[in-house]
Amino acid sequence: MFGLESATGIDGALLVIGVVLLEAIILYVGYGLLEKLVGPTLVDAVGGNR
Amino acid sequence: MMEIMGVSVALLGLFAGFGVLIGLLFGFFGMGGSFLVTPALMVMGYETDVAVASGLAFVFATSVIATLKHRDLGQVDYKLGVLMIAGTTAGIEVGKIGLHYLQNIGLADTVVSVIYVLLLGGIGAFITYTAVKGGDGGGLSPDHDEADGEINPDEIPDIAKTIQSYRIPPMISLRGGITVSLWMILLVAFATGLLSGFLGVGGGFIRMPALFYLIGVPVPIAVGTDLFEIVFSGGIGSFLYAMDGAVNLSIVVPLLAGSAGGARIGAAATSLVDEDEIKVYFGVMLLLGAVAVALRKIGTFMDIPVLQTVSLAVILGAATLVAGAVVVSSIRALRAEEPPAASAAD
Repeated sequence: MFGLESATGIDGALLVIGVVLLEAIILYVGYGLLEKLVGPTLVDAVGGNR
Repeated sequence: MMEIMGVSVALLGLFAGFGVLIGLLFGFFGMGGSFLVTPALMVMGYETDVAVASGLAFVFATSVIATLKHRDLGQVDYKLGVLMIAGTTAGIEVGKIGLHYLQNIGLADTVVSVIYVLLLGGIGAFITYTAVKGGDGGGLSPDHDEADGEINPDEIPDIAKTIQSYRIPPMISLRGGITVSLWMILLVAFATGLLSGFLGVGGGFIRMPALFYLIGVPVPIAVGTDLFEIVFSGGIGSFLYAMDGAVNLSIVVPLLAGSAGGARIGAAATSLVDEDEIKVYFGVMLLLGAVAVALRKIGTFMDIPVLQTVSLAVILGAATLVAGAVVVSSIRALRAEEPPAASAAD
């Protein structure tokens, strides 16, 4: 995936772990925003308060 | 078949879905779930080192997200964390050497599987027993409303009291008002690092109980410090394996995308559901995980291919069962809540 199948050695490892770390930070920020935007509405809808 | 970046959409979807289940369990229990990844990958036919390396990379990324969430709660003992990192790093390296040696003599799969069965089965039996028995459920559940103060001496497990009594200098003062020998901390760290590198797990389901039961750290601080430490142990472990090209991003990327979302649902559920209600399911899930790995091994040994499929179904079924129980209990709790009074609304 991402053309990194053959990435080995220190440079390859830094690249692969960097991709994983970047994804983690993007997901943290992205899901956080999503939770703020739709969380209360979703809780109300599931809880039957609306 | 439709593909994205050379990976089938069905496979990406499978990993993302599995990630949601694991994330939900991790978010709710504060531990567990991630150690299901490596055996699941092995059941799916991935090479042991790829399963271990990808499991470690997944654990690393998951702990980064969890630590970011916990950083403001003040539940991290950085001094303890750094000491744990030192001991764990040495343990991971020895564990990795051990795994490569076993791979060279063709025993890696068998040994890792047997240790998984024993660990999953043992911890699962313990949690199920304490949940059925009642009481404090083993004392491992982070009380989400618990203040981050000093530990009540009565709540320190007997083993931890014994370990704290070994006053081999230098002695280290830790958050929660406890003092432990540096060497005891390093010993616990090394042992958990050994398992982490050997089995491809972050070690949370071993280290968090170890911090509480062996060192006597209050549970909220044990959870926070453990997460902080997993960032480093998972990062170092996955980096070492990535140097050999063993980390498979087509596994890690979708798995993480699913688990990060699931973890938010699981974390939100903690404020709604009585954890003791679910704990027995969690223990049973671990036991079923042990059964799944054992079935796979028996299938390989006796050349019964259908047992591989049965094994995978058991793992996915167990995770789905517990995650479903958390979601259903949360929805019931939400619907049972009184609507907020108008004056209380903001």
